[in-house]
Amino acid sequence: MKIAVCVKEVPDTSASKRIDPGTLRLDRSGEGALNLGDTNAIEAALRIKESSTDCEVVLISMGPESAINSLRKGLAMGADRAALVSDPGAAGSDIVGTTSVLAAVLASEAPDLTLFGQQSADSDGAVLWAAVADRLQQPLMSQATNLELESGSAKVKRQTEYGYDLIEAPLPCVVAVSDGINEPRYPSLKGIMGAKKKPQEIVGLESIGVSAEETGTAGSRTEVRALNDPPARGESQVIEADGEAAARVLAFLNEKKLI
Amino acid sequence: MSTVVYVEQHEGEAQRDSLGLLSQAVGLGLDVCAVVLGEQAAAVAAGLGALGAKRVFVADSPALAPPLPQARVDALEGLISEHGFENVLFASSVLTADVAAGLASRLRAGLNWGLVDLHVDGGQLVGTQPALGDSVFVDVGWTSTPRLALARTGAFEPKDVGGDTEVIPFEPEIAEWSTRATLLDREKTVGEGPAIEEAEIIVAGGRGLGAPEHFSVVEALAAELGGAVAATRAVVDAGWYPYSTQVGQTGKTVTPKLYIACGISGAIQHKVGMQNANVIVAINKDKNAPIFDYSDFGVIGDLHEVIPKLTGLVRQQKSG
Amino acid sequence: MTRPSEFAPTLPAGNFIAAPSDPLDERIEVGICIVGGGPAGLAAAIRIGQLLQDRPELAESLGEIPVAVIEKGKSTGSHLLSGAVVNPRVFRQLFPGMPASEMPFIQSVEAEAVYYLTRKRALRIPTPPSMMNHGNYVASVSEIGRWLAEKAEELGVMIVPATAADKLLVSGGRVVGVRTGDKGRDRDGAELGNFEPGGDIVAKATILAEGTLGHLSMAAVERFGLRQDPQVWALGVKEVWDVPKPLPHIVHTMGWPLRGGRKYREFGGSFIYPMGPDQLAVGLVVGLDHRDATVSVHDMLQELKTHSLVRGMLEGGSRVAWGAKTIPEGGLQAIPEKLHFPGGVITGDAAGLVNVPALKGIHYAMRSGMLAAETTLAAVQPGHTAWSPGALAGYDEALKSDFVWKELKRVRNMRPAFRNGLMAGAAVSGLATASFGAMPPSSAKLEADADSEMFIGKRDRTYPEPDGKLTFDKLSSVYLSGNESRDDAPSHIHVRHQVPRVVAEAWVNMCPAQVYEVASGGISAESVDVEVTPSNCVQCGAINAKGGRLTPPEGGDGPDYKIA
Repeated sequence: MKIAVCVKEVPDTSASKRIDPGTLRLDRSGEGALNLGDTNAIEAALRIKESSTDCEVVLISMGPESAINSLRKGLAMGADRAALVSDPGAAGSDIVGTTSVLAAVLASEAPDLTLFGQQSADSDGAVLWAAVADRLQQPLMSQATNLELESGSAKVKRQTEYGYDLIEAPLPCVVAVSDGINEPRYPSLKGIMGAKKKPQEIVGLESIGVSAEETGTAGSRTEVRALNDPPARGESQVIEADGEAAARVLAFLNEKKLI
Repeated sequence: MSTVVYVEQHEGEAQRDSLGLLSQAVGLGLDVCAVVLGEQAAAVAAGLGALGAKRVFVADSPALAPPLPQARVDALEGLISEHGFENVLFASSVLTADVAAGLASRLRAGLNWGLVDLHVDGGQLVGTQPALGDSVFVDVGWTSTPRLALARTGAFEPKDVGGDTEVIPFEPEIAEWSTRATLLDREKTVGEGPAIEEAEIIVAGGRGLGAPEHFSVVEALAAELGGAVAATRAVVDAGWYPYSTQVGQTGKTVTPKLYIACGISGAIQHKVGMQNANVIVAINKDKNAPIFDYSDFGVIGDLHEVIPKLTGLVRQQKSG
Repeated sequence: MTRPSEFAPTLPAGNFIAAPSDPLDERIEVGICIVGGGPAGLAAAIRIGQLLQDRPELAESLGEIPVAVIEKGKSTGSHLLSGAVVNPRVFRQLFPGMPASEMPFIQSVEAEAVYYLTRKRALRIPTPPSMMNHGNYVASVSEIGRWLAEKAEELGVMIVPATAADKLLVSGGRVVGVRTGDKGRDRDGAELGNFEPGGDIVAKATILAEGTLGHLSMAAVERFGLRQDPQVWALGVKEVWDVPKPLPHIVHTMGWPLRGGRKYREFGGSFIYPMGPDQLAVGLVVGLDHRDATVSVHDMLQELKTHSLVRGMLEGGSRVAWGAKTIPEGGLQAIPEKLHFPGGVITGDAAGLVNVPALKGIHYAMRSGMLAAETTLAAVQPGHTAWSPGALAGYDEALKSDFVWKELKRVRNMRPAFRNGLMAGAAVSGLATASFGAMPPSSAKLEADADSEMFIGKRDRTYPEPDGKLTFDKLSSVYLSGNESRDDAPSHIHVRHQVPRVVAEAWVNMCPAQVYEVASGGISAESVDVEVTPSNCVQCGAINAKGGRLTPPEGGDGPDYKIA
C-alpha cells in the first residue's frame, strides 16, 4: 500500500511574516517550517502504516529547494521517502498551477491514498485538496476528524457546520484531514538523525512533464493588484462604569444590530 | 458582467452568507443569476427574487442529494459552459470551498478566496483579500474568465430589493467517479451551543473574573445572546475552563461578529486570536489594559456589576 | 535584608547526571558529541570537519556520525543573541584566505562614540582603550550561527535541532555522552498521547558549548570538582529596529538609566549598533548583582529609549525584533580551574570566556571551540580514549597559552571593581588598562550574584507606560521573540514557590519575559506565593543568578531569534 502526503513548507513564526513589496507576494525567504496541519496528515499516514504490513509513506511537495529541510522533519517522523518539485518557473503558482504539478507527481506515484492537512486561512493551499482530487478524478473526503481504512475503501467522519457526516469512498481516493484528527508525534532521536539518509529527490517541472506556461506567476489566473493597510477599526469609545454602563453597551450592540 | 452566485442550502434553508453575497453582486449592478442544488432547491430558489436574482437555475437529481462537493462541480461545469458566465461567486463554507476549488481545477480558472469585499474598478472585478493575519488587505484580480471567488464568512449582508425570479430547472450530467464518495450517515451537533470557531457571538472570560466559579457570569450572558463561551490562556492554565475554549496564540483563532471580553487584559498573545472579530466590547477594571487600545466599545469598571446587568437588559429586550 | 541564595530550590535527584539506560542497540553512537549550536560548538564542529577531511581513516573510526551538534533551539540561531561587534580574527583562523566580505557580518565599524548619560543630557567621552573597535564588524550572532551551521553541514557535520541535552551520561567515572530530553509530557510530568522519550547519545568525546546557561557544564563542574570562584552574570535585553536614518557609528553609553551609587550595584551600560543602512540594534546590559528588587532591565531599556539621544535615532522607525540573554561576567576568576574532565571539555560562554570591558565573547568562544576540536580529535584516535589521564589536558594548556587567555588576564580586575560603584570601578578600570593588567596585582574575589542582599526600592516609579510605538510591555516583547512554547509543558524552571516578598519581587522585575508573578492575596511580607508561567520563558538564564536553576525545556521550545 502506498500513501502520499502532500505537504508544504510555510514561513516560520507568525511574528516575522511579511509581504515582499517587490513581488507583492508572501516573503518566503528565511527559515521555513512544515505547515502544522501537514504534520496531522503525516501522523495519520504513519498510523495506517503501523497497522499494515508493507506500506510506504511518501511526502510530496512543491517549493524552493530549501524546503527539503522541512520535508526532512516528516521523514524524521517516520515517512519513507520525499519528493520535492522545485523549479523557478513554478514560483508564484496559483491553485490551478500547483494542482497541475501535484497531480502530475501523484499520477506517476499512483498512491492508494492521498492525504492533505489543514492549511492556514491565508495560505496558498487553503483548498488545494479539492482541486487535486478533481484533476486526478478521484473521490474526495475533506475535513476528516476520523479516518479508517477497510479493505479497498476509506471511511471518514467529516466535520461540517451542521455536525458530522460519515462518508465512505473506494480507494484510490483523496482525504484532507482536520487538525483535530490526531496529535502528531514528535520525531524520535533516531528518526531525526536518520532522516537525511532516507531517499529524497528534488525534481524540476520538465521531469514531471508540466510546462512552465501552466504554472508560476506567468501561468497564474489570479493577480495581486495592490496592498493596502487594513481599514481602521473605526471610532472606539471607552466609558467609565457609572451605573449606566450596561445600558450603554446594550445601546451600542443594538446600534450595531448585533442582538 | 454575467454572474452566477452559488447559493448553498441545507434542508431547504438558504445559507445566509450566500444570500449576502447575492445581494452584493446585485448591488454592484452585475447581471446576476443564482444556482441552487440538491433536495428542496426549488423551494429555496423561489425566494431569491426578493434579493434581486433574475433567474435561478436549480437541479435536484439524486446525485446531488448528499452534501458532497464533486457532483456539484459537474453540475456547475455544465451550467457555466452552456451560459458562459464570467463570474462564479461562492460564499465560504466547508462544502462550497471544496466545490469552488474543484471547479477552478476543472475549468482551469482563477480562484480568489477569503474575500471580504468585491467591487468593480474600471470595469474589472476586484476582490479584497486579508492576508498575514489580517494585517494587510490585498486587492486581488483575475487574468482570465471565468472568475471564481470565495467570500469570507460574514462578509456581506442580505438586502431585500423586491422582485420576482424565473426558476429554471436543469439536468446536470454527473460523472461516475463524482459519486464514488457516499454518505453513510449524518449526526447533528448536539447542543452545548456552537463551538467557538463557528460562533457568531463569543463572550470570553479572563483572570479579571477572579475565581473559576465566576465563569457563570460569562456563561449567563453567552446563553442570553446565543453565543459561545471562550477563555484566555491564563485561566485555562489555571484549570478554570477547558483548553477547547482557549483563544489566542496557543489556542484558537476566532472571527465572530461580536466578541465580549470580560476581565481580559488583552495582551498580544490573546489579541492575535480574536483581533478580527467584527466588533469587540471589553470590560476591565484596569484603565491601562491593552484591550482598550483595540476594542470598539470599552467599559472601565467591575464586570461583576456590569455583565449581570447587561444580561438582564438583554433578556428584557428579547422578551419585551 | 535578604539574599536570594538562601532560597534555592531542591533539584532533582542525580542533578542532571545519569548512566546510559537505553538498551545497547538503541543508543545512538556518534564520534564526537557537541552540545550547543552556537559559535563555540559550531567552530569546534567545523574544525573537526576540516581536520577529518585529510584523515579519512580517523573519520571512519568515528563511525557513521563522526560529529553531531545537539541544539535545543528550533533551529540553529533560534537561541543566539548578542549585541554584537565581532572581532574577525578567529574567522580568519578558521577560514584562512576568506575575505571579510564573505564572512557573516553586516558592516564594518566605521566610527564609535561613547556617552555618559544623565536623564536629560548625553556627554561624549573619549572611547576607553578597552573598547576600541576599529577593524571589527557589526553582526547578528543569530545569523552567524546559521552561517556557521551551513559551513559545518558542508563538512559532513550532523546538526540535530530542537533537541535538548538533558543529562550528562557518566559511566565508570567518565562522561560518555548525553541523554536528550523527553517530549510530550504534561505539566505534571505525565506522558501525553504523543510522548517521545529522549535517547542516549554515546560519544567518544563530548564538547560542552552550551553558552551562558551552561546546564550540563554546571553539572560537570560540580561532578568533577572543577569550580573556582562563582560565576556572575549580567542580563542583556535587546531590540532591533527598522529606522529611516542610518546610524553613522556604533554607540556605547554609561550612566543613566543606571544608578552609580554603591548601594545599588548597577553595573552596565547600553549599546546601539547600526545593522546596515536601515536597521539598528539597541540594548541595555545590567549586572545581576544589583540589589534593588524593582530593577527591571526590560523596562529600563524602554526608559533608555525615551532619552533624547536614543529617541532621535529611533524616530520614524519601528521595532522588529526583541530578545534577552545573560552574559557571564566573572572573567578569569570565574573560569573553572580545569576546563576538561574525563571524556569532555567546556568551551565558550559556558566556560566564562568573555572579555567584559571589551564586550567580546564570540571570537573567544570560536577560538576555544577550535582548540577543543584539536584536542578531542587527538584524544579519540584509534588506540586512545578521551578519558585516559591527561588525555584532554592539552585543551587547557592550549587555551592558557592562547591570546584569549592573555586578554582575559589583562582585564581580570575591572568588573569586580565596579561592585564598589561607578567611580571606584572606573578608577580601577583605568589603572588596569594603563598597566595592561599588571595593576592591581591580585585578582579580586567575586561574590555570587545571588548572595547580593536585596531590598525593595523605588526604581519602578519611572518605568514608562508602554505606548506600543516607542515603548512596549513584556508580553509584547515575548511575542516578538517568536516564542510559541507549549502551554502545558512541564516547568523547566526550578525555584521555590514560596519566598519572601523581596525575593519574589526581584524575580518578577528581573525576568524580561514576565514568567514570575506574585500570587494575589499575598499573606505577609515574609512569605508570598510565586506563580510561574514557564511558556513565556525565553531562556535568558537570569534566574540562575538570583537563586533559581534554569534547565532546558522541551527541545524546540523558547524563542526563535532571526536577527538577534
